[in-house]
Amino acid sequence: MITWRSLLRRFLSDPVAIGAGLVLLVLILMAVFAPLIAPQNPYDLMQIDVMDSDMPPSWKPDGDPRYLLGTDSQGRGVLSTIMYGTGISLLIGIGAVFVQAILGITLGLIAGYKGGWIDSFLMRLADIQMSLSTLMIAIIALALFQAAFDPNTYAKYAIFMLILIIGIADWPKFARTVRSSVLGEKNKEYVDAARVIGLPARKVMWGHILPNTMTPVLVISTIQVAEAIMTEAALSFLGLGMPVNKPSLGSLIRSGFEYIFSGSWWITFYPALVLIALILALNLLGDWLRDVMNPKLRRGDE
Amino acid sequence: MHIVAFLIRRAVQAVIVMFVISLIGFSIQDNLGDPLRELVGQSVSEAERDLMREDMGLNDPFVTQYIRFLGHAVQGDLGNSYFFKRPALSVIMDKFPATFELVLASVFIFLTLSIPAGIYCAIHRNSWLTRFIMSVSIIGISVPVFLTAIFMVWIFGVELGWLPAYGRGETYELPWGWNTGFLTIDGIRHLILPAITLSSIMLPLFIRLIRAEMMEAMGTDYVRFARAKGLSTARVRYVHAFRNTLLPVVTVGGLMIGTLIAYTILTETVFQWPGMGFLFLEAVNRVDTPLIIAYIIVVGLIFVIVNTLVDFIYTLINPMVKLPGAKA
Repeated sequence: MITWRSLLRRFLSDPVAIGAGLVLLVLILMAVFAPLIAPQNPYDLMQIDVMDSDMPPSWKPDGDPRYLLGTDSQGRGVLSTIMYGTGISLLIGIGAVFVQAILGITLGLIAGYKGGWIDSFLMRLADIQMSLSTLMIAIIALALFQAAFDPNTYAKYAIFMLILIIGIADWPKFARTVRSSVLGEKNKEYVDAARVIGLPARKVMWGHILPNTMTPVLVISTIQVAEAIMTEAALSFLGLGMPVNKPSLGSLIRSGFEYIFSGSWWITFYPALVLIALILALNLLGDWLRDVMNPKLRRGDE
Repeated sequence: MHIVAFLIRRAVQAVIVMFVISLIGFSIQDNLGDPLRELVGQSVSEAERDLMREDMGLNDPFVTQYIRFLGHAVQGDLGNSYFFKRPALSVIMDKFPATFELVLASVFIFLTLSIPAGIYCAIHRNSWLTRFIMSVSIIGISVPVFLTAIFMVWIFGVELGWLPAYGRGETYELPWGWNTGFLTIDGIRHLILPAITLSSIMLPLFIRLIRAEMMEAMGTDYVRFARAKGLSTARVRYVHAFRNTLLPVVTVGGLMIGTLIAYTILTETVFQWPGMGFLFLEAVNRVDTPLIIAYIIVVGLIFVIVNTLVDFIYTLINPMVKLPGAKA
């Protein structure tokens, strides 16, 4: 078993992990305190001016010192929109993984503990869902959602729908991980003991087996957040995610993309850079955590 | 495993998946948009509307309507696209060659690169090149495919102006009505950026997979025995170890088909590639229900066919699964 202290020691001895951790920390702080530290509130119409639109970063000839990373076509500072957008991307990523974990852990516990036809049914479903891919399921689900509602209703509920759909579409990874740990645990003596003293199956599953399956769950959670953020960005880029007036990093990239052809590369480039940094930091931390917690567990191993 | 049993089992599974997809398709048609309004507009009176509704069978019970839908679907009739005013299926099939050629080109690129790179990384575990390839691959996994696409458009299309960044260019129509971009220089030039983009996201995954599987195969008794028998290093590596590596690669490749289809939607959107994915997004924006359904059903069919094919290939190349009639 690994203690928090040894975990911290190993973290401090790995420069890649420290680097990734720092980047992630800076991005999270930036997102959480965006309303306090952002140069302006880009969604307050009083603070933006169309006259300021399409300005390059401040060190360029036409730049303005008020807008470090330039402005977009509406005169919003790119730096400020990134700060707000990162928060929305993180919120959806973490929220979706929360839904995935609840669904996946519950179904994985049941499949592993009960076995039989429930197990084969759930695992078959997981197989099909995984080969359809999270992104494909989410694209179709959101396309239907968007076609069924008017744009205002859609914009209002987009954030919940994204969390819910990415959450539901990607439960199989948690379920499989939990299931395989349950299979390893359920024939151990402490489980027999709990059963023999007459505890109901529900208590044996949640109270006794579950705590011993938590390590791999923690390990995949980090990488799952990275994947959920990537999925959300892709959906928003396709116009199926967050609306333009409440953009995530993906929607910022979408609205900047058309201006690339006229030379305004900064509207797309900086949000893209932040998105890549966020995903890379989470992936590197996830890889590190996996190596520390369980050297046998490899990425791509189901 | 008996081949007939295997085929029957797969066919049953395929039918179940297609049944679920058709059910989804039908409930969309049932709940999304009003076919009557698309047909006659707002100008018809309420009484006439009710009459037409009855006539078209829109008041029939769900099951009756579903069976009718299925009957039409089996004959290839998925309704007319609201926007194009022609059969939705033929609109989709017109776009199929563009998507197919894009996928084909990118599969070709990532297979020719990932197999040698994966084998190299497994054999020379600690060389600087291996470390370089492995660290580039983690970055590659972390860059979303639409960003790769945007960077390609920006750098090679806009800034350097080396290659065309949107559309499919000049195509040539083959006798059976297939529009190919492979036969014209312009078509090939248009294909380069999208194909590289699409392969760039699969490449790191496959390099890591081939490396991991190859390393595992190199440590098996089976390979050690081949070496002890005195076979040449090359033969042991490429015939014995690599063949065992192929199995998981084929399985994962089959599992990736859903992801690949999703990535074609993203790639086609950025490059304005006139394929099925691009068409699908346009259909979503126009709420063109029959076209949305046709896309979902065609994609579902492709998905089922590829998965069945992959399972079949798996049984063929797995030395442990013997089909009757095959020589040992």
